[in-house]
Amino acid sequence: MNKKLQEKRKRIADAVALQKPDRVPIFLMQNYMPARTEGLTYKDAHYNIDGWIEANRNFVRRYDPDMYFMIDQPNQGDATVHEILGTVSVKWPGGSLSDNLPHQFVEGEYMLQEEYDHFLDDPSDYLLRVFVPRIFSNLKGLAKLPPLKALSLGHLSPNLFGMAIFDPEVAGAMQKLLEMSKPAADFVMKIGAAHAGMLDEGQLYAGGALTVVPFDVISDFLRGMRGAMIDMFQVPDKLIAAMEKFYPLLLGAAVQGATISGNKHVFIALHRGSDGFMSMKQFEKFYWPYLKQMICDLIDAGLTPMPVFEGIYEQRLDYLRELPAGKIIGHFDRSNLQMLQNKLGDVMCVAAGMPVSLLQTGTVETVRQQTKKAIEIFEGKGLIMASSTVLDEAKPELLQAWVDATREFGA
Amino acid sequence: MEKKFIDAIVAMEDEKAVEIARQLLGEGIDANRILGNCQTAMEKVGKLFEKGEYFLPELIMSGEILKGITEVIKPGLELGEASDKGEKAGKVVFGTVFGDIHDIGKDIVIFMLETNNFEVVDLGVDVPIARFVEAIREEKPDIVGMSGFLTKTFDAMKVTIAGIEEAGLRKSVKIMIGGGTVTDDVVAYAGADAYGESALDAVNLAKSWTGGK
Repeated sequence: MNKKLQEKRKRIADAVALQKPDRVPIFLMQNYMPARTEGLTYKDAHYNIDGWIEANRNFVRRYDPDMYFMIDQPNQGDATVHEILGTVSVKWPGGSLSDNLPHQFVEGEYMLQEEYDHFLDDPSDYLLRVFVPRIFSNLKGLAKLPPLKALSLGHLSPNLFGMAIFDPEVAGAMQKLLEMSKPAADFVMKIGAAHAGMLDEGQLYAGGALTVVPFDVISDFLRGMRGAMIDMFQVPDKLIAAMEKFYPLLLGAAVQGATISGNKHVFIALHRGSDGFMSMKQFEKFYWPYLKQMICDLIDAGLTPMPVFEGIYEQRLDYLRELPAGKIIGHFDRSNLQMLQNKLGDVMCVAAGMPVSLLQTGTVETVRQQTKKAIEIFEGKGLIMASSTVLDEAKPELLQAWVDATREFGA
Repeated sequence: MEKKFIDAIVAMEDEKAVEIARQLLGEGIDANRILGNCQTAMEKVGKLFEKGEYFLPELIMSGEILKGITEVIKPGLELGEASDKGEKAGKVVFGTVFGDIHDIGKDIVIFMLETNNFEVVDLGVDVPIARFVEAIREEKPDIVGMSGFLTKTFDAMKVTIAGIEEAGLRKSVKIMIGGGTVTDDVVAYAGADAYGESALDAVNLAKSWTGGK
């Protein structure tokens, strides 16, 4: 194995095990930032995959982080795919957004409350015939397919499906699926090859395996936050039943992603469970049991969960103390660093330290001071230097100052 | 009965609240009075939110309950008559700055400002500079609130505030900013007056600027 890669892996592993590494590792979530440092636009991240890969390669070579994260998750992918499908649940630069804006989800009530029973009875049928036609406007025809349960008729079912597919709208949707398959597959293959190439150069990718917790699936993708929160009061049992249905799928996706990518870190973006969003009682009922289970199951599968605690999690740190020690990278956004060290210093490796706002609005000196302070709080142990969120708009000279300061103070 | 009605809303008992609204109407209670009770209930919900007992689910659910009640009492409401005749604590023009379509933070702050007796003009999301300027001219607010979730919005806030300055309106308003990635560092950068981390911060800032009416 590449010596540089070996060193980085050891550095991260030591931090995860709550040991003191040779120096504090630094994790760069570059996201759209290479567009600016490499002379591209945000649109290129979605339309010019070769150029985008090259820009990211140059970026990681330039800053040489111990771990990096770029935009290439399947949910973004090549914009051509979304143009073919007529995706309505996300907007992207060069699509309906201007060329230098980041992609943004369009959250909506794509699943109605009265549809829980259909979902619970047959999730695949519901998702294919109801949900998918709503979020991909060019797949509306799939709504006209017969219930998938009709396939239980075995050799008696082809005429039924044949008649449905003969309908021009259904056939049109099928055509769109075929059409998008090539750019989708090309994208996945190119990205896979790119990360493998970067790995050979000693650059460790933090993505590859990613998942979410059940409440966030329902809230982010299906019912919308408003819908999911109303369900907490009006149909809590159905909400919970749906979350239970999703759990094995979400765990499986993470394990499979790790197997395919060869990356043991599992990125878990957490959205609606943070301090401001729900009460402790609601967190205990709808969020924490599944998050805890997910983290523990991933650890049992030999993986390193990397929950991303977006927002503030200060009131929930006692729950996090229930997790196995020395097995997790907890990425924190705005929680107080000293509080994190006090509460979690003996539980999980904390990835945090640099508010991204400082990398946009600060000076070399304020960035250095913040880096020093963060490392001192953790005494260099159980800490991965990370920005509060993605680096999109960080200033290159401040990013360089941060990387340099981490190496200087973290040694 | 009216107390029970308010309690049902505050306790998030949607069906019960709608049922009592029907009963109150049946007993000849004026629809505008029922709406007044709803406002009392919403203020209580807002107070519980401030105390950290209620969170987003309760804010959203109480809005949903109110929608159900309004359906029932709508025929009896005297249209055009302001249901809230009291003096307002101040006027706020609020929006998510251009380039950003996130609305959760904005909506929470607006809810809290309204339950604290501020009049809020909601400009929505992805609000162009010119729209802020126009709204300040037309509405003559005491305060402008700018929300943004993306880090990209630091610059959007900066140029929006510069646009307000260019239009000669900067001195007429106090400007507060907030959102997922906004911190105190951004206040000076963008040329705002203050940053609030929570909806409660926004209310306190607004009160301090308008003399806590």
